[in-house]
Amino acid sequence: MKFQAVIGLEVHVQLKTDTKIFCGCPTTFGAAPNSQTCPVCLGMPGALPVLNKKVVEFAIRAGLATNCRIAPRSVFARKNYFYPDLPKGYQISQFELPICQEGHLDIEVEGETKRIGITRIHMEEDAGKLVHADVPELGNGSGVDLNRACTPLLEVVSEPDLRSADEAVAYLKKLHQIVVYLGVSDGNMEEGSFRCDANVSVMPVGAGQFGTRAEIKNVNSFRFVKQAIEYEIERQIELIEEGGTVVQETRLFDPGTGQTRSMRGKEEAHDYRYFPDPDLVPLVISDDWVADVRLALPELPEAKRLRYREELGLPDYDAEVLVASRELAEYFEACVAAGAPAKTAANWVMGEVTRALNEAGLEIGACPVAPARLTALLQLIEKGTISGKIAKTVFDEMWSSDKAPEAIVEEKGLVQVSDTGAIEKIIDEIMAANMGQVEEYRGGKEKVFGFFVGQVMRASKGKANPAVVNELLLKKLKG
Amino acid sequence: MELFELTIHELHDKLKKREVSSVEATRALLARIEATEPQVGAFITVTAAEGLAAAEAADRRIAAGEIDLLTGIPVALKDIFVTAGVRTTCGSRILENFVPPYDGTVVARLKAQGAVLLGKLNQDEFAMGSSTESSAFGVTRNPWDPERTPGGSSGGSAACIAARQATATLGTDTGGSIRQPASHCGCVGLKPTYGRVSRYGVIAYASSLDQVGPLTRDVTDAAIMLGAVAGYDPLDSTSVERPVPDYRAALTGKATGLKIGLPREYYREGLDPEVKQALEAAIETFRGLGAEFVEVSLPHTDYAVATYYLIATAEASSNLARYDGVRFGHRTATAEGLLDMFRKSRAEGFGAEVKRRIMLGTYALSSGYYDAYYLKAQKVRTLIMQDFSRAFESVDLLLTPVAPTPAFKIGEKVDDPLQMYLSDIFTIPVNLAGTCGISVPAGFSAAGLPIGLQLVGRPFGEETILRAAHAFEQATAWHQRHAAL
Ligand SMILES: [Zn+2]
Repeated sequence: MKFQAVIGLEVHVQLKTDTKIFCGCPTTFGAAPNSQTCPVCLGMPGALPVLNKKVVEFAIRAGLATNCRIAPRSVFARKNYFYPDLPKGYQISQFELPICQEGHLDIEVEGETKRIGITRIHMEEDAGKLVHADVPELGNGSGVDLNRACTPLLEVVSEPDLRSADEAVAYLKKLHQIVVYLGVSDGNMEEGSFRCDANVSVMPVGAGQFGTRAEIKNVNSFRFVKQAIEYEIERQIELIEEGGTVVQETRLFDPGTGQTRSMRGKEEAHDYRYFPDPDLVPLVISDDWVADVRLALPELPEAKRLRYREELGLPDYDAEVLVASRELAEYFEACVAAGAPAKTAANWVMGEVTRALNEAGLEIGACPVAPARLTALLQLIEKGTISGKIAKTVFDEMWSSDKAPEAIVEEKGLVQVSDTGAIEKIIDEIMAANMGQVEEYRGGKEKVFGFFVGQVMRASKGKANPAVVNELLLKKLKG
Repeated sequence: MELFELTIHELHDKLKKREVSSVEATRALLARIEATEPQVGAFITVTAAEGLAAAEAADRRIAAGEIDLLTGIPVALKDIFVTAGVRTTCGSRILENFVPPYDGTVVARLKAQGAVLLGKLNQDEFAMGSSTESSAFGVTRNPWDPERTPGGSSGGSAACIAARQATATLGTDTGGSIRQPASHCGCVGLKPTYGRVSRYGVIAYASSLDQVGPLTRDVTDAAIMLGAVAGYDPLDSTSVERPVPDYRAALTGKATGLKIGLPREYYREGLDPEVKQALEAAIETFRGLGAEFVEVSLPHTDYAVATYYLIATAEASSNLARYDGVRFGHRTATAEGLLDMFRKSRAEGFGAEVKRRIMLGTYALSSGYYDAYYLKAQKVRTLIMQDFSRAFESVDLLLTPVAPTPAFKIGEKVDDPLQMYLSDIFTIPVNLAGTCGISVPAGFSAAGLPIGLQLVGRPFGEETILRAAHAFEQATAWHQRHAAL
């Protein structure tokens, strides 16, 4: 029997607001334990939540970017359960009436476009975290750090429309790219800003009904998501083929073994006793607000890619690479805006700039050569002042100093020689010194041509204009 | 007249004229507390030193010519209000040693006016109860008869006023917890409209019903206290952005032209004859003042108590989840593992009534029962709200009993929770409707127990009910009688 996987994803996106969702505490990552807390996020008796408007704006942005309907009225609910890092004994989330519903994302897998439904996006608060290790004061015990408690999250829930691990990863990457582009999340997966639960089931191909699903909790890298889902599909198929049945349960992915293992079964499932939070009034969002947010939305990767192709004439490959990161695309666009030819700028951003950044271990945001200075360099190439090869030398110099490219070219005497007289003179000298090779060429051994180009370039210290050199050499060697 | 007997406005006049200092008034009340506490038991914590320091500060402020209505006035608060640096127990063992790091909004507003805090008052544990018998810190006795309860849950606040231990107090009212004890103790108790006063820093029992209000010697003091604490608070999303009127200016002494509704469903069997008699006399008094009466109907009244106990316990089961022994309050000494710590800390820390309500609420919210109980209760709540708005289309306010009987005996209803729950039958609908109500002294039983009447107003109709209550107070002398202590 052939099997078909059915996958739905629930993604938690941590929002990069300055303050928490229900209080004014900062959300900076890595601060000393419990240094970013107040009565509200500590769940002190008498404290009450107040909704951070920025979180709502971010949720609307995410909803619009994923083609969702923004609910004019949504409601916060309490999800009740006991856990030591959950200060109030409940988590404030949205349940029956979430802020965004019925959206979709289009993904491309193996050249085909597929539409993945988004059931809902809702806002909620994060819990704190438990600290078990290496704190002498704790002795045998565990500590609770509530800095993360009450930080804002969006939960994006997809329809079970995904059919393979590759589709799941494509969807996740697309969603990740969008939230980073929107500026609503830093998308940092190591710090848990973007994490995913995957619901996986299998059914015989053509079956009308989905199989029993297992939920894999908290996977925080694209690679692990792929591994976890692939493992889980295999496991369920094997189980069924051996005559077993899949049980509904929560599973954990172990990156060490590449396997999933059972965490808790359905029989232990919680009854969260959701009900509308009486401390927060229903959230009413006006059409005007949605319209304002829509107007202020940044250009999303898909639109950007299209524009690069249509308006800037870039090849698909270049457009794809450049829009992959919002910062890279912004850098590239700043070069074009400053007057760099699009294709040259694309080549340099994808080539030299990226290489240098990788070597230095820097992000594009920290690039020491600002777009304007790079553009000045590209214009020198364009005007023929220096060759592309020399430009690389100039770029390296620019990387470690803040000099303008013109100054470096001047200082080092790197101006390209296009003067035919001067080049002719060098060619004559070299031909005279290498008569044997001249004879060979004239005897039909055309490979020797390259030898002469090299000699001329070396003699001009790389400054000779290669096009002129080629043209003159050809003429002279042919005699 | 002794200093401890003065109302806010009387003491304010003396402070303003410099006939007396806040320190003198504070000393007089602290001495009164010391003398009467053995019989009453209204306080959980007395903050004598902090109180005297605040009184000194108030005197300096008055000397500098800055005096607000509450500057230098000694007050005491139900132990449900969190007070920075002062133990706040909410009447529960689980918070026995809890010292909050912050002041709630109403506390901060009282302090900003220069009020002097004498201490924290006894209450039913987490405000669950109608007799102040469920406190972990012992019962409070009714100053009019030590065999009887002062009512609850703000029994400490009401008893404190009746025993003249503080000039004014604040309580909270979820289902009648201000009005019922005010009625039983012969003082004035006002439950404002939901959203009128911030709940920030008020330990939550049932968030959608809880509201802060004053218990005072007279109606003028109630107006002064409400004016001091009312108003929008950005820290409480459910507080309403609406200007605070000058409540004292609303007290014209007149009731002429007021159209008062008598809800048919509130006047029938089960109402104590002495209570009924007092109400009938009060109606005559109001008629004499020029008010007009009409019968109205609140048809869903019978469902109010059941609805209340579903909604209140559901919210309470969730609000009380934070008492888990992890961060503050009681933690068991003998836990084996995490779950055991949660269980034992809560088992040891909570009393029987609180446990009963947590279980009721947990049940009402659990999947499979949610629709039948919680959701149904919310729907009935909407019907009850509609009852009130329909009634207020034809009348300015309602006149009703506060409690079916005068104060009952200590121990009389503790073993019969349903009987206890019914003692709030006339106050609960007002909380469900989210509107305002006031209890004012309206007579005494043959046994010498105070009887109150309730005036219920439109949402944000506090001025109207205060005016009517004040006119009634001017025409009668019930509020001038004192418990013999
Ligand atoms: Zn906080």
